Amino acid sequence: MKYVDEFRDPQKAEALIWQIEKLCHLLETPIKIMEVCGSHTHAIFKYGIEEILPKAIELIHGPGCPVCVMPKGRLDDAIAISQNPNVIFATFGDAMRVPGSQTTLLQAKTQGADIHTVYSPLDSLKIAKANPDKEVVFFALGFETTAPATALTILEAAAENINNFSVFCNHILVIPALQALLNHPQLQLHAFIGPGHVSTVIGTDPYQLICQQYRKPIVISGFEPLDILQSIWMLLRQLVENRCEVENQYHRLVDKAGNQTAIATMNKVFEVRENFPWRGLGQIPDSGLKIRSEYAQFDAENKFTIPNLLVADHKACQCGNILKGLVKPWECKVFGTACTPETPIGTCMVSSEGACAAYYKYNRLVRTGKNKVTT
Amino acid sequence: MCLGIPGKIIKIADVEKKLAIVEISGVKRQVNISLIVNDEHPPETCVGEWVLVHVGFAMNRINEKEAAETLHLLQELASNEIC
Ligand code: SF4
Repeated sequence: MKYVDEFRDPQKAEALIWQIEKLCHLLETPIKIMEVCGSHTHAIFKYGIEEILPKAIELIHGPGCPVCVMPKGRLDDAIAISQNPNVIFATFGDAMRVPGSQTTLLQAKTQGADIHTVYSPLDSLKIAKANPDKEVVFFALGFETTAPATALTILEAAAENINNFSVFCNHILVIPALQALLNHPQLQLHAFIGPGHVSTVIGTDPYQLICQQYRKPIVISGFEPLDILQSIWMLLRQLVENRCEVENQYHRLVDKAGNQTAIATMNKVFEVRENFPWRGLGQIPDSGLKIRSEYAQFDAENKFTIPNLLVADHKACQCGNILKGLVKPWECKVFGTACTPETPIGTCMVSSEGACAAYYKYNRLVRTGKNKVTT
Repeated sequence: MCLGIPGKIIKIADVEKKLAIVEISGVKRQVNISLIVNDEHPPETCVGEWVLVHVGFAMNRINEKEAAETLHLLQELASNEIC
């Protein structure tokens, strides 16, 4: 087993679609399902899953792309840190083109800032070891999937006493984001496809709260086409049978309690921030992580003066409403004209996991065509 | 960004630092396995296991039995398609 091709088998996919169609018939009403995670959005477009589903099912692309929800102000802070003459700034490639209020990391780099893209936070630690006379700052972003990796890197820096290394921490938490979404009065959703990779860390238990409080079925899902189709089938069955549960489709990687080592590592290094700003969604209480004071020497917010300003989103940009599922990308006035992956206005157009970029890349003609017909 | 890719641990590169060599779609990469080892599961026992790799770390083991069960269920669904 390679855990990839087996989960792309067209014969099984066809059987699932058949089952999904039967359930849609029984439900007799349009169903809105949100996939929380950006990697699901990406997979849904890559495999054309929306096209093969019955018309009654609408997939809403949620806020689970960490690059898409990075607020402008935090990017401005990152760019400000990278401007220090003695700093080497290390970041995942995804963050390079995210627009801040004036510029991007990519532009800062072409103007002379020493910015490196890395694959792993450990790579940034290697850069620090190789450049003892420089200050190396890692731009940490991502959900609970990525936070344990950053935490381990900080622990390693502490163990090896690497004092020219720090982390600009922007890790965010998935459950508070879901709560903030569900508290929105206009949001109309029937069910959630839950984020598989976040759940390898946190397990399925934390979703119970959401499920009970807001009465929405959740199925934690893998990322291959069969995973996603099976999850939709499981959600529809819950709706037909009037159940509201947290179910797990991604048993091969996710269990109830999650990865205890990863959770313990995260808790050792990070604590929850009172508030954290999200692009398009505003301040969300208890939704971000910061570095504990025991590790303050590795905290870039402690080492550098940063502007720390809240910057409003671009007026034309509908990212916030897209992340809430209130608007589709092609309904944004600047979609595909002023806003393209080369010249993104909002972050949903930057990352390949963002809803706007996904529509632009895979589906632009069909969707903009459809839009013209219906308006 | 949250990409996780299945890979197979083919050898342990450094027991102390918990580094393993993982083959991911034919490419060998050094991966940190701190998050999946403990006293019961020391690094030496990990060779041959499949893991999910994310930003240079193994996030979890892939449970072969569970994967096979999922596929089995879907196979049954496909065989009984007409009902
Ligand atoms: S098309 Fe661009 S400006 Fe419009 S919502 Fe998407 S990212 Fe924002």
